[in-house]
Amino acid sequence: MLRAIRHKNILPAFSAFRAFSSSAKEMTVREALNSALDEEMSADPKVFLMGEEVGEYQGAYKITKGLLDKYGPERVLDTPITEEMALICLLNILQAGFTGIGVGAAYYGLRPVVEFMTFNFSMQAIDHIINSAAKSNYMSAGQISVPIVFRGPNGAAAGVGAQHSQCYAAWYASCPGLKVLSPYSSEDARGLLKAAIRDPDPVVFLENELLYGESFPVSAEVLDSSFCLPIGKAKIEREGKDVTITAFSKMVGYALKAAEILAKEGISAEVINLRSIRPLDRSTINASVRKTNRLVTVEEGFPQHGVGAEICTSVIEESFGYLDAPVERIAGADVPMPYAANLERMAVPQVEDIVRAAKRACYRSVPLAATA
Amino acid sequence: MWISKTIFNHFKSRLNFTPNYAPLSLLSPRRFASTIAQNPSTFNSIHDANQVIDFPGGTVKFIPEMRFISETSPKRIPCYRVLDDDGQPLANNFVQVSEEVAVRMYSNMVTLQIMDTIFYEAQRQGRISFYATTIGEEAINIASAAALTREDVIFPQYREPGPLLWRGFTLQEIAHQCFSNKYDNGKGRQMPIHYGSNKHNYFTVASTVATQVPHAVGAAYSLKMDKKDACSITYFGDGGSSEGDFHAALNFAAVMEAPVIFLCRNNGWAISTPTSDQFRSDGVVVKGQAYGVRSIRVDGNDALAIYNAVQAAREMAISEERPVLIEALTYRVGHHSTSDDSTKYRPANEIEWWRLARDPVARFRKWIERNGWWNDMAESELRNSLRQQLLHSIQVAENIEKPPIEDIFNDVYDVPPSNLREQEQWVKDTIKKHPLDYPENISA
Repeated sequence: MLRAIRHKNILPAFSAFRAFSSSAKEMTVREALNSALDEEMSADPKVFLMGEEVGEYQGAYKITKGLLDKYGPERVLDTPITEEMALICLLNILQAGFTGIGVGAAYYGLRPVVEFMTFNFSMQAIDHIINSAAKSNYMSAGQISVPIVFRGPNGAAAGVGAQHSQCYAAWYASCPGLKVLSPYSSEDARGLLKAAIRDPDPVVFLENELLYGESFPVSAEVLDSSFCLPIGKAKIEREGKDVTITAFSKMVGYALKAAEILAKEGISAEVINLRSIRPLDRSTINASVRKTNRLVTVEEGFPQHGVGAEICTSVIEESFGYLDAPVERIAGADVPMPYAANLERMAVPQVEDIVRAAKRACYRSVPLAATA
Repeated sequence: MWISKTIFNHFKSRLNFTPNYAPLSLLSPRRFASTIAQNPSTFNSIHDANQVIDFPGGTVKFIPEMRFISETSPKRIPCYRVLDDDGQPLANNFVQVSEEVAVRMYSNMVTLQIMDTIFYEAQRQGRISFYATTIGEEAINIASAAALTREDVIFPQYREPGPLLWRGFTLQEIAHQCFSNKYDNGKGRQMPIHYGSNKHNYFTVASTVATQVPHAVGAAYSLKMDKKDACSITYFGDGGSSEGDFHAALNFAAVMEAPVIFLCRNNGWAISTPTSDQFRSDGVVVKGQAYGVRSIRVDGNDALAIYNAVQAAREMAISEERPVLIEALTYRVGHHSTSDDSTKYRPANEIEWWRLARDPVARFRKWIERNGWWNDMAESELRNSLRQQLLHSIQVAENIEKPPIEDIFNDVYDVPPSNLREQEQWVKDTIKKHPLDYPENISA
């Protein structure tokens, strides 16, 4: 259900790009998300935003900056606890409320985009995400469609502790009825968020706080208001022939850095940016593994029942004969995220971990554990 | 402190331009008024007995006495009723219901009563897996539906098939759902009594308690945004009012000024939990004021009282853009469901008393008979005809094929994904190859 509406004179909420003297344009992920929301709200009057701080405060991470001024309080809804910014603890409790209300609005025909200040708080609302949104179309035999998007930062940030750092990709991706997307670059952010808003199914959109400020080059095609990426297609960020590295969100950047390091040692790594966790692009992953014969999966979340486990199974089911080495799985440490900076660093995958895993998959001798 | 200054300056700058939209309700300018401190020179003198202070949220008076608000009122909130136990009107100040509507209401109440009895028996005989009756709550079910229009959206819990019947869902369709055959418009996806119908503006029943309450608020907000002459209504029980979703929904509805009617069926029991173990407030009606929601307590066994209250609530909800809470006091005469035996936790004679002496159907019957709109002959004709209809519907539904294999795989998403299409093909191929290994009523 992609609507290709061309808007020649869209007034961006604020300047969406810096033009350099050459024609290459750069855009931060934050600007990409903001412009995507702006354009989709402009194209479809049924799209509206809900969440804490999204309105007057311009968004807890400024993703919704300027949208309240442009579209008004009827379409950018601050949910009741807005004034109590300092009482972060209260925000958790009230998450359940506005998710249910967002689902109710979607039931009736609006297209809400619900922001969670982080996906950790979505646990408070997860009954509505799963039981009211994901399962409704099925349980009602197609009578109730829920075109809702749940978006917000997911996974580890920096120094925010256990209750603000969990990755929910595996949790949501295990549920039929949901689509789960996770962008890396600004192009991903724009294209996938637009696709999510236009999609008639409920979509969980997992962003990353540390990527909001990162800048990426964007082509004119990406900047066009009808730009949209397909859901369920991964992107090969870097081609290679010796080992396949799959990653999503922030770990794509780490995987690319690891690929650079590996190239210097004569290992050509193919980096796949999953983009879509559910549906998982099994054919791209398998085609890549059939070419390279080795696989390293990377994710920030907890290892057990993670995204990497599913990818590994998919490869074993479809391409077992092509594997020349056991599948390597890089994930966050199996502990609640510690706060102290040195401990936090050890609890999240680092570039060196990915390099070592790739080398192990290529049967180069490497120490198994991280050195201090 | 720095936070409010930044916001205050932001607010100040916005006062000087016209926003490029035309909002229905200018929420923004109101928002920060309460945080702006008053000019100290306007403060009352320290010796003035009527001292006030302007904390965020508005001015409040000071008092030197430490006064706790009591946890209960000396008097319980009174209950609105129109007809007495004998079906006699207590006063003349109620909205009259025409003969046509009254007879239709009564017939639907009888239909509900008989339908419940027969389907309950069918479950006991092993013909359906599960059932939950609405016995004792027929007035709430039918009278509330009669006071609404077809455009009003209904969000039920699971003890409200009445509005569906009122809006034209047939007994045969109910039977199809309970037997989950191929004519079930729910495609056999859910347990019995989990009905839903787009056509009748009645949202599919979900087993999760009180999740429908915030949904109704969101839908009401959408109706308001679309400027429709309609509200949403949601039903839940005394137990449901303990859920977090109830509290969040009432709070939000008040803040968002959503045209929603919250109808609580306080029937005294949440499975085996009596209301004395459910809450310590004066029922559910008093909770409305805590959230800024207008509320009323009504005799749930009085069809005319329910009709009047719901009609008035609908008018307020739509024209004043506000939520309204109605607590309908009643009694759950049946067991919680066919998985429950309520004689284990309440006396059988209590159940019998409510079933006979306080039957809402009999009470309403007295009123329509007194008006000359009903008689014994009409009664026995109706009951016999309904019994026949129901037995026939059950027989028909029981013998219809179950839904086709495709219905396992479709509607998970808007468009079936490749993995499910693949699996559907595998299953169909396997059934074709090994037909003797599969039951006959699976059509591939």
